[in-house]
Amino acid sequence: MKVLNSMKTVFESRSVNEAYARCAAAAFLTCADPALDEVCDIKTAVSEAVTNCIVHGYRDTVGKIYITVKLMEDGRAVIQVKDKGCGIENIAQARQPLFTTAAEEERAGLGFAVMESCMDKVRVYSRLGKGTTVVLEKKLTLK
Amino acid sequence: MTVHLQTAPDVATAYLVGELDHHGAGRIRNIIDSTVMGMEQPPKVLYLDFGDVGFMDSSGIGLVMGRYRLMTELGGRLEVTNLTPKLRKVMLMAGLEKLGVLEKEGTKKDESFKQHENGF
Repeated sequence: MKVLNSMKTVFESRSVNEAYARCAAAAFLTCADPALDEVCDIKTAVSEAVTNCIVHGYRDTVGKIYITVKLMEDGRAVIQVKDKGCGIENIAQARQPLFTTAAEEERAGLGFAVMESCMDKVRVYSRLGKGTTVVLEKKLTLK
Repeated sequence: MTVHLQTAPDVATAYLVGELDHHGAGRIRNIIDSTVMGMEQPPKVLYLDFGDVGFMDSSGIGLVMGRYRLMTELGGRLEVTNLTPKLRKVMLMAGLEKLGVLEKEGTKKDESFKQHENGF
């Protein structure tokens, strides 16, 4: 599948950058003139994925978060959010609604559930001690 | 994200303004909780007004659940008001309607006030 357009951004895992991350992804995809609802869903999903990198992947440290956004020929937006943090021990458990390892921070444990409801596909790759990559996919309604 | 708080005897209202994410939620939570706990008598109702929230992720769900717990502990109740359809969707996904804190759909307070001012 041909990639029509793509972008990459790298930033530090500081919570203040959550807004930058979701807005950068959304701003890039305006080249495809997507529907407002789709943009909102993408912003929400990216915000969840990046928050996971900050809260879980890097915990009390600051590392780099890597985002790539690709616009495919068939109108799919494919967004990769990657960290080189601690990794996830049990991905199936982490994806369970209400499961959280950060209850003291008032995390609801709904990050993956929200990503899944906003996107068509959510894939998670992780290795303990190496990091985690989340790939978000959504078909955009091209005008 | 900012929050404006209004208190009257028995009632506290938190007007949330901006984008509610993990970055903003912690500070907002502290401001709301310290205001509520600082009242002479614990309020009977805490309103969380989402009318000026343009974006929210699951951090907003955590904020609502945490304040629900606080108000239950204090013997009062929580009401979430002025939800746009988009925010309501995220809250319904989390099952927050089961807590009985979401105002009914189509009861946007501000708009009904405006209608009154215009003589319907």
